[in-house]
Amino acid sequence: MAKRKTPGLNTGAMSDISFLLLTFFLLTSSINTEQGIPRKLPPPKNDDSKEVKVDINRRNVLNVLVNFRDEISVNGDVIMITELKDKAKEFFANPTNDPSLPEKQSKSIDGLGDFAVSKGVVSLTNDQGTSYNTYVMVQNELQRAVNELRDETALQYFGKKYNALDSSAQRAITTAIPMSISEAPPIDYSNTGAAK
Amino acid sequence: MARFKKAGKKETPELNMGSMSDIIFMFLFFFMVITTMREATLKVKLTAPQATEIQKLEKKSLVANIYVGKPLSPNENTLPPGEVSVQLNDQTIKSEELVSDVRDFIGTEKESRDAQDRDKLTFSLKVDKDVQMRYVNTIKQELRKNNALKINYAASKKVEK
Repeated sequence: MAKRKTPGLNTGAMSDISFLLLTFFLLTSSINTEQGIPRKLPPPKNDDSKEVKVDINRRNVLNVLVNFRDEISVNGDVIMITELKDKAKEFFANPTNDPSLPEKQSKSIDGLGDFAVSKGVVSLTNDQGTSYNTYVMVQNELQRAVNELRDETALQYFGKKYNALDSSAQRAITTAIPMSISEAPPIDYSNTGAAK
Repeated sequence: MARFKKAGKKETPELNMGSMSDIIFMFLFFFMVITTMREATLKVKLTAPQATEIQKLEKKSLVANIYVGKPLSPNENTLPPGEVSVQLNDQTIKSEELVSDVRDFIGTEKESRDAQDRDKLTFSLKVDKDVQMRYVNTIKQELRKNNALKINYAASKKVEK
């Protein structure tokens, strides 16, 4: 018997079908956009125990206030958002041991030895009328200040940036430079007929 | 020397489409792997604020979303004074049920996870950038009361100049 040539299958329709599937997936799916600024809320307060007022020294607190016109003040001075990072950085680092900036407490940390940990706390207060955009920008600037300090310390001790370190070294750096933001209950100056 | 082909006698050869569908399938699998299905249809319009210090959330299965933004259609439930809607799962919620609905949402989201994952559950607040903080504050308070402490302010990456 003579060898018969197999007839060519028409696969054009198959590519049509796969095109349809492709467009379906393109339309119904979204590229992973789960990103943002992670934060931890303070644990709920117990109603039984009275709230203990922790007496924090004035120099250890950086009061950041955002009002309903999205203006930012730090310890009473109105500043621009671009200045906030440097203010916060100076506050956390206190390189010259200025008596008006936060105290430091020496702690021994694995991998770093004795390290002067800042006792500074940023107290963030927002108004009910503050826009979410400004709030996130302020959080972002504070985070950036801490991240830059962490990078600098990591470079100094390990010769690498924070993100390139292994997890135990990262933990050491986070203990050395904690991210301490305390959020005060919001105020409502702009009481203009909205909720509550 | 030169031979001229006789015009009009030759058929156009059939193109082999098999490899084309292979390529399309490759595209398809690529998109299937890197993307995830949208869980809920958005009923609110939101533009996330931009930030530079953002981190990616690690496990998508351990994220529950709360959307706050302008309602897309006038039929949606809004919070007073009527410009902001909060969407949980697939629907916008009524203002008088805000507190209880958020509580139920946190409860069901927690229950649907394994016991050891419950503490790792992150609530991602996807809030429009023009929304006033009062709505966010109410939700945050509710989250705090219900011991859902890991939150995330969804933001998109800002390109630094």
